[in-house]
Amino acid sequence: MRMIALIIIVLSGGLLLYATQDFPQWADPASPASLHLSPHYIQKSMEETSVPNLVTAVLADYRGFDTMFETTVIFCAGVACFMLLRISRQTPEDRYYRHISTGVTIHIKDGGKIPDKSKEFERIDTMWTPFDLVIKTVCRFLIPFIQLFALYVIAHGHHSPGGGFQGGVILGASIILLAISHNLRTATKRMNEKLIGLLCVTGVFIYAGTGALCLLIGLNFLDYSALASVLFLDPVSARSFGILIVEIGVGIAVMATMIWIYNNVSSAGKYDEGL
Amino acid sequence: MSDLIPFIVAKYNYWIYITLMMIGLYAMIAKNNLVKKIVGMNIFQTAIILFYVSIGAKKGATIPIIEHAHGDAHGAVSHTIEIAHYINPLPHVLMLTAIVVSVATLGVALALAIKVYNRHKTLEEDEIIDQIKGI
Repeated sequence: MRMIALIIIVLSGGLLLYATQDFPQWADPASPASLHLSPHYIQKSMEETSVPNLVTAVLADYRGFDTMFETTVIFCAGVACFMLLRISRQTPEDRYYRHISTGVTIHIKDGGKIPDKSKEFERIDTMWTPFDLVIKTVCRFLIPFIQLFALYVIAHGHHSPGGGFQGGVILGASIILLAISHNLRTATKRMNEKLIGLLCVTGVFIYAGTGALCLLIGLNFLDYSALASVLFLDPVSARSFGILIVEIGVGIAVMATMIWIYNNVSSAGKYDEGL
Repeated sequence: MSDLIPFIVAKYNYWIYITLMMIGLYAMIAKNNLVKKIVGMNIFQTAIILFYVSIGAKKGATIPIIEHAHGDAHGAVSHTIEIAHYINPLPHVLMLTAIVVSVATLGVALALAIKVYNRHKTLEEDEIIDQIKGI
């Protein structure tokens, strides 16, 4: 197998390297990729959509269909992880608890448990977890700032690098950081499974719903200038606002999917003990 | 040999991503462990992302955000926009979505690997094949 792989790699690699002869030079302004569509985007998008960040304008307006189905792909990946891994009925398991004031750990076999609201005991993961006061405190201070930054990245995507995908991933990462620094149960208490599933669908629905609204008003699907009559704006500003609405939808969907995939994969579908 | 070095240096960006792509492809074909195959898939995707981003570059150009003052965000820009002044936004758009989708596919691949491990108690490919054949 190794020999066959090596032969395939050498052949296809050699072919690709031979083909680089015809490729344009590094950072050539006259390369074919920057001659046909990109001049239009660079010159016209400011007057057509009033969005200075060209990447956002192309992402959500000129290539709106592409991005809508990318969001759907991400949603499908989240659903696929859920369908593959989630186990609803649990076999009785051993649980470990730590007595908070003395630090003594106890091991209860065969599904026995101490009530979750007990003030004297806290549940710990099966793998040995020492006290980690520094990590927990630092993460608890950091997470609100990370979330604030994520909201800034989503909302300011028109004028600076950012947008729905980036901000959504940062938002998701803040909840995943909570799950890593504390444990999965703390994170799912804040953001339970039903809420994640609902947010995931809501994000895709906001995107597709904006498109359908444009269709109902009487223009093409995802032609945001139709929103002018709803938002009482001129058509160009309406495009800018349509892009913002769509980016918020993308952000919600991406955030929920990242957390959903993490929860399912890290706990192998049991939602009990994560990483 | 003296011809080869300028040939490589002139297009070194393509050489880098082709090397990365071939490393990923080799891992996907030859490695025995399923997680190593998934890592190979991710290296392959990274190579493609680098390729697209390097296509978008232009010498002497800046990021694709039109320079604007506070007031003129809506509608007209006072100065004319130079095409050579901004890099090509299209590859960045494509890769922006591709990065997030690659994370999502990584999640699905890991979920499948967990299912395989639960059934066969191993991630080595040859041992799984032996178990399926009933040896």
